[in-house]
Amino acid sequence: MMGALIVRDARRGFAGAAWLPIAFFLLVAALVPFAIGPDARVLARIGPGVLWIAALTAALLPIERLIEPDRADGVLDQLTLYGAAEESIAFGKTVAHWLTFAPLLLVAAVPASALLALDGRSLASTELALLIGTPGLASLAVAVAAVTAGLPRAGSLAGLLLLPLAVPLLIFGAADAYLLEGAISLLLTAGAPFVAGAAIRAGRT
Amino acid sequence: MTALLRFDAVALRRGGRLLFEGLSFAMGPGEALQVTGPNGSGKSSLLRLAAGLLCAESGRIDRSTLALADDNVALDRELALARALRFWGGPVDPAMEAVGIAHLAGVPMRLLSSGQLKRATLARVVASGAPLWLLDEPLNALDREGTERLAGIVERHRASGGAVVAASHQPLPGKWRTLELGA
Repeated sequence: MMGALIVRDARRGFAGAAWLPIAFFLLVAALVPFAIGPDARVLARIGPGVLWIAALTAALLPIERLIEPDRADGVLDQLTLYGAAEESIAFGKTVAHWLTFAPLLLVAAVPASALLALDGRSLASTELALLIGTPGLASLAVAVAAVTAGLPRAGSLAGLLLLPLAVPLLIFGAADAYLLEGAISLLLTAGAPFVAGAAIRAGRT
Repeated sequence: MTALLRFDAVALRRGGRLLFEGLSFAMGPGEALQVTGPNGSGKSSLLRLAAGLLCAESGRIDRSTLALADDNVALDRELALARALRFWGGPVDPAMEAVGIAHLAGVPMRLLSSGQLKRATLARVVASGAPLWLLDEPLNALDREGTERLAGIVERHRASGGAVVAASHQPLPGKWRTLELGA
């Protein structure tokens, strides 16, 4: 069941609007040179941080379609009746979300780094930091999606919930502190499915 | 005889309102129970409680493997009917045949009418192979032919040792025990 759920969710992600957060990410990265000016030294100095801000805001876009459609259509109920624990459902959805989000983001970071005049070394370290951080970010997105599923204005609320919780990832990720970032990412990946599972159960009516 | 579903002095509270209390019954193989009652009396809630999707205020519920068909279709709208059903597994083709939608196998879910969607949810229940079926308003949107199909699949399910609980305010085809919930 779990494998089928991951395949299904990944298929729906790619068939839907998987390119949308990526386009948003590139757009944010492209706006920065306009706002800051074309000084390559300044851009290269702030570039990794800008990529992180762009990735965090792009991560907000898919939140509303992660849990809510399946809750409203009874898919979450049926998965439970077919024997899947809510926590496993949340973890499966996290894996599928990561697959539709992170690889594209890592690819898009290459043209984005060119816009910000990053050299090869800072691009490589930012890519590595994004690779380490995205599982935590995806887990956070699924947990926040589950907590806000079914609420009015869930999208804006999700932003208010997710961004503060992503601050530790941002701090260690932008500072290239890979071990600390990895620890935070691992903690989020391990803990978020339980939050999401409890939220799915509590949201049943 | 082992019960497929047993309620023992169950009470359910929704939104601060006690819907029912002290509810006890057991369903053995081959049995069918129709839950009746006015709108808002807790028919659907009783089914969700039986399914384990809601928690009882007090009392004890034992259940076997079950399948639930309610208003939520739970089939991906962008997929063709057969492929959407296949996600849930089981013998999909005979199930579609049994509810009369085999000719729609290649049609995308989003193009189906409400009666066809109802049949699709029934097909999912048939394909599940679960011994206990919970059907919420199974007659909604079904035409006369669909009602006969429903009677047929329920009859076959009971003959093969399954049990069915259906919530409906309309008379269901076939012989059913009834359980009336107050308003």
